[in-house]
Amino acid sequence: MNLSRIVITGVGLTAPNGNNLAEFRQALLTGKSGVETIETRYIGKVLAGVCKFEATRYQSRKEVRVGTRVGSVSIYSAHEAVRDSAVAWDRVDKSRVGIYLGITEHGNVETESEIYNLSQFKYDTKFWSHYHNPRTVANNPAGEVSLNLAITGPAYTLGAACAAGNVGLIHAAQMLRLHEVDFALAGGVSESIRSFGIFASFKSQGALAHHDDPTKASRPFDKARNGIVVAEGGCIFTLERLEDAKARGAKIYAEVAGYAINSDASDYVLPNPVRQAECIRQAIRHAGMTPDQIDLLNTHATSTPLGDVQECQAVTAAFEGFALPHINNTKSFIGHAMGAAGSLELAGNLPSFNDLVVHPTINVDDLDPQCALPTLVLNQPKTVKRVDAILNNSFGMLGINSALIVKRYSD
Amino acid sequence: MTKEDIKKLVTEIIADIAPDEDLSGLKPDVRLRDQLQLDSMDFLDIVMELRKRYGIEVPEADYMQLATLDGCANYLEPKFAAIAKA
Repeated sequence: MNLSRIVITGVGLTAPNGNNLAEFRQALLTGKSGVETIETRYIGKVLAGVCKFEATRYQSRKEVRVGTRVGSVSIYSAHEAVRDSAVAWDRVDKSRVGIYLGITEHGNVETESEIYNLSQFKYDTKFWSHYHNPRTVANNPAGEVSLNLAITGPAYTLGAACAAGNVGLIHAAQMLRLHEVDFALAGGVSESIRSFGIFASFKSQGALAHHDDPTKASRPFDKARNGIVVAEGGCIFTLERLEDAKARGAKIYAEVAGYAINSDASDYVLPNPVRQAECIRQAIRHAGMTPDQIDLLNTHATSTPLGDVQECQAVTAAFEGFALPHINNTKSFIGHAMGAAGSLELAGNLPSFNDLVVHPTINVDDLDPQCALPTLVLNQPKTVKRVDAILNNSFGMLGINSALIVKRYSD
Repeated sequence: MTKEDIKKLVTEIIADIAPDEDLSGLKPDVRLRDQLQLDSMDFLDIVMELRKRYGIEVPEADYMQLATLDGCANYLEPKFAAIAKA
């Protein structure tokens, strides 16, 4: 089968430390965190990565009021991506545009808010909002983008826990190759910091980060790491078949080289490094590469004591017999953006193809010997000789693993 | 509560549910949906806000009574009076 090559031609994002790729990249190169203290219902103060984009740039105030936070995140990111792609949007056949957004979860924020609202009215259900269902259907973020941009092609979400950012992009590549659509808006989105339940559950699990300085709380690979900092965010890419991108003279950020998604089938929350390593190896094979062709690996590591060690074991196993690529981590800056994590983390590394700089993993004051991979880029950016291929790990609960490889585009 | 007071508080509700609209020239005798971008969900918002803010119930059969600001004032006046008495 002669499969089309798929390329990334636009990036739109909102991260806790930047509202477009240039700002985000600058923050990653200068050590700027996006983590702060916020008040959360029932719990009080928690640490979170908070986005500060201007929702009304692309939505009316009524759309913001009626829709969801993640709808606003998605609409902002989608508009920014379309604009960045420089596609002649007015001339695009909107029935041939697909919207594929990865989500970790959806509906918790809206349901919690409704129940809180109901508590103010003695739990009388006649005060339950008629917007509850449209706000909580699982396709909400994609549907809001479809409404806002008048896109009539397929628009849906992919529930893939914290692997979702990669999965959204992978699914888009598949749909483009199948010629189901001609243009895709794909990535991952999250509003999770608006849900107390996410924080409370991580806390009950002993996996919620705490630190006197919020900017130091997310510290993958450091001995003093103590859990996850939850973040919100979104990152949407425009993807096209190479021939279409070339025909319109599009700027090409990268080519999708290969990918893999597999499952641990072993535990609800605990990762499985054997399956993670299999996933990485499978993605490299899918890309038609050998491990030594990977130049940069962005880890999923979430700053939990166990998970970070296990990913290091998986990476070591997957690259056995080969030199390790440069390795970094984006969550150390922004926390864990859940459904958006994979996409944001990929986006933050795309400029490395041009500037040959690897952004670091910050907050590593005392490297955990169990995470001491020799090629970790710690605390300061590193200029390297070659970045032709980037591998992005994203793993999630219920044992979903994903590895996505993008490569420098060349004819 | 006078009919003018009622029109004012219905207008306040509309300002919250349709924040992009200019309500300064709202005509009391013309259907709200002919003057504003209001859909059926927004209309349900008006009903919900009357319930939340003032404890007033509007049965579905009476929704048409709220089509205009004048209609709102006429329909709601006795309801506000009943609440004031209670």
